[in-house]
Amino acid sequence: MANFTPVSAAIGGALIGLSAVLLMLSTGRIAGISGIFSGLLNLRGEDKGWRIAFLAGLILAPVIAGWIGYGMATPMLPANWAVIVAAGLLVGFGTRLGGGCTSGHGICGVARLSPRSVAATAIFMVTAIVTVAVARHVLGG
Amino acid sequence: MWIIAPLLCGLVFGAGLLISGMVQPTKVLGFLDVFGAWDPSLLVVMVAALAVSVPGFMLVDRSARPWLGGQFFRPGKSGIDLPLVTGAAMFGVGWGLVGLCPGPALESLATLSPAIIVFVVAMAAGMMAHDAWQQSRLAAQRSRELASAADG
Repeated sequence: MANFTPVSAAIGGALIGLSAVLLMLSTGRIAGISGIFSGLLNLRGEDKGWRIAFLAGLILAPVIAGWIGYGMATPMLPANWAVIVAAGLLVGFGTRLGGGCTSGHGICGVARLSPRSVAATAIFMVTAIVTVAVARHVLGG
Repeated sequence: MWIIAPLLCGLVFGAGLLISGMVQPTKVLGFLDVFGAWDPSLLVVMVAALAVSVPGFMLVDRSARPWLGGQFFRPGKSGIDLPLVTGAAMFGVGWGLVGLCPGPALESLATLSPAIIVFVVAMAAGMMAHDAWQQSRLAAQRSRELASAADG
């Protein structure tokens, strides 16, 4: 557990929870990122303003952090483009079919003790852990 | 002025992902790799987030309406069905393949990394493919219902 960072994890997690609560208290919306983003992809519907504002804030966070000297490192992704595309397709299709991702189900839904969200969170945790186990320890990535 | 609230919420969410390190796929994969050098940080992130959101949503339940007016949008479904199980399982596989879920992926667009842009475009394509498939299923169901109504 050499990489364990409990203090920054606790502070960051509390901020994520705070954001979800504030979004619900102020606008009445669930802070589920997959849902917020997918709502921008269809041409119909008029409730796009708050979605654009939230995602603008999300993308601005690392920009502002960079201005004050805490620039974000470019994320490390696999060199294989096919893996990146397959992962993106699975995340996109899966979050729509399952009605949420780590934020909507994992934070908001579990906090509301929704059985659907508790089940979804358990399932995507298990399949993600199995995927990493197979990639790293069976196939040896 | 109402647009300030969701913008600030996005900023706070993004700051949380940055500070916790969860914006980095290597950190997420360190948590998912329970059979390797396991890093429990993501578990702490979730517990800390829930420590704030559980009492926070109780406060929501006691509020009549949102500060900015309108109504509270709460998910209507409560049962565990096949789409939920299949969708969550698919999402987990994609998440485990690269260590990116929608929040960190969209936030990382700020780095203008080509790999991130490709991931986000593929994610959007997956979402649109799902919605197109659902619409064609609904249309087929409607035409079947119309046909059986005409028969009866």
